[in-house]
Amino acid sequence: MSTISDPPSGSFQLSMLINDTRYRSYTFQFIALILLILAFGYLGSNLLANLKAAGLNISYQFLGEPAGYDINQTLIPYTSQSTHWQASLVGVLNTLLVAFLGCLMATVIGVVVGVLRLSDNWLVRQLMSIYVEIFRNVPVLIWILIIMAVFIAVLPQPRDFRGEDAEASMVLGMFAFTGRGFYTPAPIFGVGSGFVVAVFLASIAGIFAFRNYAKKALYERGRLIPTFWPSVAIFFIPSILAYFILGRPISLEYPELKGFNFQGGIFMRNSLIALWFALSIYTAAFIAENVRAGILAVSKGQTEAAASLGLRPGRIMNLVVLPQALRVIIPPLISQYLNLTKNSSLAIAVGYMDLTGTLGGITLNQTGRAIEAIFLLMLFYLAISLAISAIMNVYNNAVKLKER
Amino acid sequence: MKKLAILGAMTAAGLSAGVASAATLDDVKARGKLNCGVTTGLVGFAAPNANGEWEGFDVGVCRAVAAAVLGDPTAVEFVPTTGKTRFTALASGEIDMLARNTTWTFSRDVDLGFEFVGINYYDGQGFMVPKELGVSSAKELDGATVCIQTGTTTELNLADFFRANNISYEPVPIETNAEAQPLYLEGACDVYTTDASGLAATRAAFENPGDHVVLPEIISKEPLGPLVRHGDNQWGDIVRWSLNALIAAEELGVTSANVAEMSAAAGSNPEINRLLGTEGTLGEMLGLEADWAVKAISAGGNYGELFEKNIGENTPIGLARGLNAQWTEGGLLYSPPFR
Repeated sequence: MSTISDPPSGSFQLSMLINDTRYRSYTFQFIALILLILAFGYLGSNLLANLKAAGLNISYQFLGEPAGYDINQTLIPYTSQSTHWQASLVGVLNTLLVAFLGCLMATVIGVVVGVLRLSDNWLVRQLMSIYVEIFRNVPVLIWILIIMAVFIAVLPQPRDFRGEDAEASMVLGMFAFTGRGFYTPAPIFGVGSGFVVAVFLASIAGIFAFRNYAKKALYERGRLIPTFWPSVAIFFIPSILAYFILGRPISLEYPELKGFNFQGGIFMRNSLIALWFALSIYTAAFIAENVRAGILAVSKGQTEAAASLGLRPGRIMNLVVLPQALRVIIPPLISQYLNLTKNSSLAIAVGYMDLTGTLGGITLNQTGRAIEAIFLLMLFYLAISLAISAIMNVYNNAVKLKER
Repeated sequence: MKKLAILGAMTAAGLSAGVASAATLDDVKARGKLNCGVTTGLVGFAAPNANGEWEGFDVGVCRAVAAAVLGDPTAVEFVPTTGKTRFTALASGEIDMLARNTTWTFSRDVDLGFEFVGINYYDGQGFMVPKELGVSSAKELDGATVCIQTGTTTELNLADFFRANNISYEPVPIETNAEAQPLYLEGACDVYTTDASGLAATRAAFENPGDHVVLPEIISKEPLGPLVRHGDNQWGDIVRWSLNALIAAEELGVTSANVAEMSAAAGSNPEINRLLGTEGTLGEMLGLEADWAVKAISAGGNYGELFEKNIGENTPIGLARGLNAQWTEGGLLYSPPFR
């Protein structure tokens, strides 16, 4: 039986593909691969054969034809005479917008809730548990519909703002909260406003530079420089000074009730807000659990050691626990971001024109090119998801434990 | 979810090789049931009643075809479809025919591979607004928020109408008529637009129909009719002539009340005789029994009876015959001769 460690060379037999452990796994993998290829080949050829039998073909020409329909929220120029491709791009941008806003808000709520779930306060702890369990265990589609229904039923409609003793009025004369969405003043950039914006951006960069300097001072010389109030000062003072010195170049355009709707200002549609809010609070419940798991994964000894050095609880959390917890939190957080992005395809339930609503909805319907549209839709979502995944992996690599 | 459903339907279409294209008649007979695609609920046209039985004008067409083919007007499986899912359902073979107030257009007929077998309702797109807005013409709707069913021809007509009149609007796309009602009633949109018949049906379902007006403009032609898959001409003929039989029956004065008596023996009018199978072999030519039309007419009555019972002036929907009167009475209904 010494042949196992010293096989006779040049005597390969076909039966060894099954009986020899060195080849067996390759044999089975190869068979599985062949079967997989055959299965997909069968499905593909079947599709083609049936399309042919039904007199249909695969063609993407429709992407260049005028779409013919209007979209309410367009981040890029679009009219009903634009092409289906342009309509798809409008949809992609709307998907990305709600996904970005949703991920941002979900992260903020999720981290806060996750930390508070470990609070010493019994009431806070229980409230957060209730939040997590309720929002995690009801389908997100239902949350979207509930929030939209409440939104429309509770808030006044533009027509309620009309007349002498109207039922509703604008907040501060600037903001209108209606069942159709929120209207806020829009900035109008006049001459010289570019300089104000530049000052503002520079002061944000300045805040980061200042905080870096403070950190360096703390680590190298052990000097603790206060950062909060100086940051606030850097944020506001230069921009406000520039604004007044240049003679107030930026003015506000207030929304006004004209005809059927408010005109002017920035309009955030109810569909965007409802979808954004529903996706955020739903995903935040999952993120909260990830955060809690991450914090619990940091050894209690770390907290105790930090406390014995004299750090206060807030600093222990920010400086010792969270940086270590992030390594555990980020990988599942990526999945939550991807989930949120894909869940945004439920947008049509509230009439938000995302990618599924334009390319996978109206375009598909008006052209009847179901297979082509669905295939393109899958490609778009795949690309978006892979991009999010790639960006988050870069971040993960930056914070993960560096082994030297 | 929706994506999955469509993909599933496509896979099903791929797997059930040949079924979709070949003899639908044999499939229906073997199954003993007709799968008929209808709306998810539009009172008067297709909606389940309090007992959960589907009834309505489009449902009547389904029942007539089922009666002609299977001899039983209740042997119908109603498949609710939305504006988005209807064509996939038909193309994949999930349903045998679609009677879902669907507009006959060139591209649907030619490019999508369907066969419109006739027109059972001549319609046009209209607008409904609350009376309190004081709007009297669609051209005054500049800046209005408009609720619209997505995936329908109305969406394109709307864009064209507002563009042609150089006025702006804010579209609120929604999936079904049922979802549109609360949005419109709560005031989330100023205007609801769809086919005029659908507007009348929707308005009839409101608590205070009098608070809402349908504007006079009809901005499009919407010939609504049943359709089948392209390529199965025998099945297309059956559905086409079942519909024509209902229309011809009204013209010839055959009703559900007198059809039994008239078909008992050959009468003096040869066309009625041929229609009811007491003379000639029209049923045989279709691959059906001689009394196919008798069964179709007894199912729910002739075209006029179906109209009056479901959407006519004595129903809450209250539609006048208008274009949908017989050609002899100034309408557009004109069945080719049964010969």
